[in-house]
Amino acid sequence: MASRSEIIVRFAGEGGQGVVTAAEMLARAATGVGYHALTFATFPSQILGGPTWTQARVSRTPVESPGDAIDILVAFNDVAYHEHRTEVHDGGIILLDPSVTPLSDEHLRCVTVPFDELAKQTGESRAANMVVMGGLSRLINMPVHYFKDFVSQRFAGRDKVVEANHIALDLGLAHLAEEDPISDLGEPEKPDYEQVFIKGNDALSVGALHAGIEFYFGYPISPATPILVYMERNLVGEGKFAYQASSEIEAITGIIGAGFAGKKSMTATSGPGFTLMGEGIGLAWMAEIPCVIVDVQRGGPATGLPTKTEQSDLNAALSPAHGDSSIPVIAAGSVDECFLATVHAFNWAERYQGPVILLSEHSLAERAQNIAKPDLAAIPVESRNVYKGENGYLRYESQEISPFPVPGGAGAYIANGSEHDIYGDTTHLAKYHIQMTERRFGKLKLLEGTYESDNASASVAVIPWGGSKGSAREAFQQLRSAGVDIAWYYTMFLNPLPTALLDELRSKDLVIVPELNYQGQFASVLRSQGVKAEAITQYTGLPFRPTELGERIKARLAGAGQPQAVNA
Amino acid sequence: MTGTAKNPEYDFLWCPGCGDFGVRRALEFAMRDWNIEREIPMHDNVVVAGIGCSGNLVHLYEGEQPYGFHGIHGRSLPLALGVKMAREDLNVVVVAGDGDFLSIGMEHIAPQASRNLNICAVIMDNGVYGLTKGQSSPTTVEDTVTSSTPYGKLESSLNPLDLYLTLGVTYIASGYSTKPRDLAGLIKRGMEHDGFSIVHVNSPCTTYNDTYALLKGNKAKGIDPLAWEIPDDHDSTSKSAARGVIEQGGVPLGVIYQDDSRPSLDQRLGAVRERVTGRSAEDLLNTFAV
Ligand SMILES: Cc1ncc(C[n+]2csc(CCOP(=O)(O)OP(=O)(O)O)c2C)c(N)n1
Ligand code: SF4
Ligand SMILES: [Mg+2]
Repeated sequence: MASRSEIIVRFAGEGGQGVVTAAEMLARAATGVGYHALTFATFPSQILGGPTWTQARVSRTPVESPGDAIDILVAFNDVAYHEHRTEVHDGGIILLDPSVTPLSDEHLRCVTVPFDELAKQTGESRAANMVVMGGLSRLINMPVHYFKDFVSQRFAGRDKVVEANHIALDLGLAHLAEEDPISDLGEPEKPDYEQVFIKGNDALSVGALHAGIEFYFGYPISPATPILVYMERNLVGEGKFAYQASSEIEAITGIIGAGFAGKKSMTATSGPGFTLMGEGIGLAWMAEIPCVIVDVQRGGPATGLPTKTEQSDLNAALSPAHGDSSIPVIAAGSVDECFLATVHAFNWAERYQGPVILLSEHSLAERAQNIAKPDLAAIPVESRNVYKGENGYLRYESQEISPFPVPGGAGAYIANGSEHDIYGDTTHLAKYHIQMTERRFGKLKLLEGTYESDNASASVAVIPWGGSKGSAREAFQQLRSAGVDIAWYYTMFLNPLPTALLDELRSKDLVIVPELNYQGQFASVLRSQGVKAEAITQYTGLPFRPTELGERIKARLAGAGQPQAVNA
Repeated sequence: MTGTAKNPEYDFLWCPGCGDFGVRRALEFAMRDWNIEREIPMHDNVVVAGIGCSGNLVHLYEGEQPYGFHGIHGRSLPLALGVKMAREDLNVVVVAGDGDFLSIGMEHIAPQASRNLNICAVIMDNGVYGLTKGQSSPTTVEDTVTSSTPYGKLESSLNPLDLYLTLGVTYIASGYSTKPRDLAGLIKRGMEHDGFSIVHVNSPCTTYNDTYALLKGNKAKGIDPLAWEIPDDHDSTSKSAARGVIEQGGVPLGVIYQDDSRPSLDQRLGAVRERVTGRSAEDLLNTFAV
């Protein structure tokens, strides 16, 4: 029996078969006893049924991506078996529903488990997932009481449910009692710091609340909807407002109105809605109104692959509005960063008094992971510099950032989306267009972000952005262990890019940019800044696999020509 | 010092005779009286303007200046929603043209009616796109030749009052720009109404669609006036009576409909706040504790 420090389990079947909750349940139970875990989910667009799969990566040490090949595939139907079997590594195992007949020449170990039938024996037909968990506890050598304790906690006070699920665990375990475990995760080392097990979208929402959000207005769209739902539930109280808008146009202009009225405001959407917000974003830039616009990216273009992941809205985020503007963009690259980047986005919006775009993506939004609990006291929150003087104030007079008058207080002015003079009145005079254009762009210098680097002396480098961070980081670590001399760079702050980072990147012979889009959008941004950047792209709707990505980087460094465009 | 200094460099002017002058005067009267009665400063008022000659009212406001937001074409309602729901204590007024409000911005009327958003919208209907130099608008009369309808307008014209009533707007008044005192009364009543108020004003465009003669009529030539006073005995709480007024055609002057029974969005939200309290970020974070 191999002793591996991690295990990857994939659950595949149809929506409604418990597939969606299985990975999260495994990850949750595992993190409860001290393992590290991270889930990946892809959902069908239909409400009932449709091919669905989720997976959990459980490890003794922290993990940053969904990982590589699968150790255990749980296939609830025929389609799932055929679709996913090739991703199971040799030595892996497939648990099959009795309805599935394995291929006659199947070389992988297959074990049939009558999930539903066993579940029915417990008196709780929904306990099929627990039958699976019982079986898994045997296969990965994880004491079954870990799961039992988890069930007791989760369903505390509902004794019947607890009992049925405990029986289900035992039945699953007994059914696989004769099977050899495929790995031994070993004892977990429970982290000595406080943790939360949270999804990217929830981390983003709590981040917004920590940042002091007071006004949320959004229109439902996958994968951003959970943010709307969270806000409507939790952003309540005096002076707070969270509401469903009638369209993305209403959402963006609504939050701009609230920003003008002094509130920290936010909306969240995905690509199609983001496009509709373009004119509003231009208005916020021109009228100098703080607000945060979240784009949880999904596969595109248009309505594209609404339930898959992609990093293809970078170009749109960097250029969402009409006219001469440069909207700040921050991209989260992990579940931790979904929290942190949101606080940064609000801070930036308040600091430079304008709109800030926050990019997330499907794979992060739905990723449930254990992370160190953010230390709120240590994460500073910035507030608006509110005008406190007399009436007669000229809001747009200064060439520097100027105090912000809030309706209900002195300093009445006209916030104007058309070019304006120092009074806020519309103007056609060149001198004011020059003055105001320079005022708006000049404020960007207040936004200097940070970046990280590793082995910075190497002459070639890799720099992912957004949700490819985790896979790229693991690929980088594999390359370094294999003795490859390559530098690592990463930043959440995509516009403006940290100037010192650009200086460092410009000194490299080659900068490789792994990103999930066809065009290599970030690579071309870097090239336009004088960096010798080349993309390694993938547009499958799925995240990079670290080992595969590492191999592609190695092949490029070995001079094997251009990086391949598609991940086969 | 009270009020923002008047801008000596502002160079947009309405054409001589433009109806918007009268609407501005009416709004100034209404807001001044509103402030005096409540003993509140002008900076408790916000004027959200659409894009058009009409929206330029926000820059041409005389005397003490309220806060203004001159946003983007068609979006004055959602901007106003943001301001109002952010600061329920403010008096929020929308000023917009027929093109802004009823064409590109039409989609925003129904949701605010359903929500009964507590703001007052003053619509300056001149039956044309003034600022872009004379194209047809939703209220341009069928068959009219404009720069964008060289062979006559092929669409029937919209009856905005009918639309507002159908959508459930809870205060609907119709006015005329040449009667600023009367109009001020309609606007002030709209501000006082706890809910979504629309004061729809016929505000002729002397340059592209001069309808003064039609509105006033001409006894000598035997032309009946389009504008007519709603009689005092009209029951504005009755939807069917309101429908009756609208179906008489022309331009009725006065309050057509007022429903005080429906709570406004801010009132409903206040009721929710009594039932539900928010939690701190720290508390919420702890709900995810491992
Ligand atoms: C998105 C967008 N589309 C078009 C325009 C051009 N535009 C400016 S004002 C206007 C029409 C104004 O008509 P109306 O609202 O009736 O105002 P009026 O000038 O008649 O008072 C148009 C089409 C614009 N500013 N923005
Ligand atoms: S074009 Fe018409 S609406 Fe515009 S200012 Fe002149 S008269 Fe008034
Ligand atoms: Mg008009």
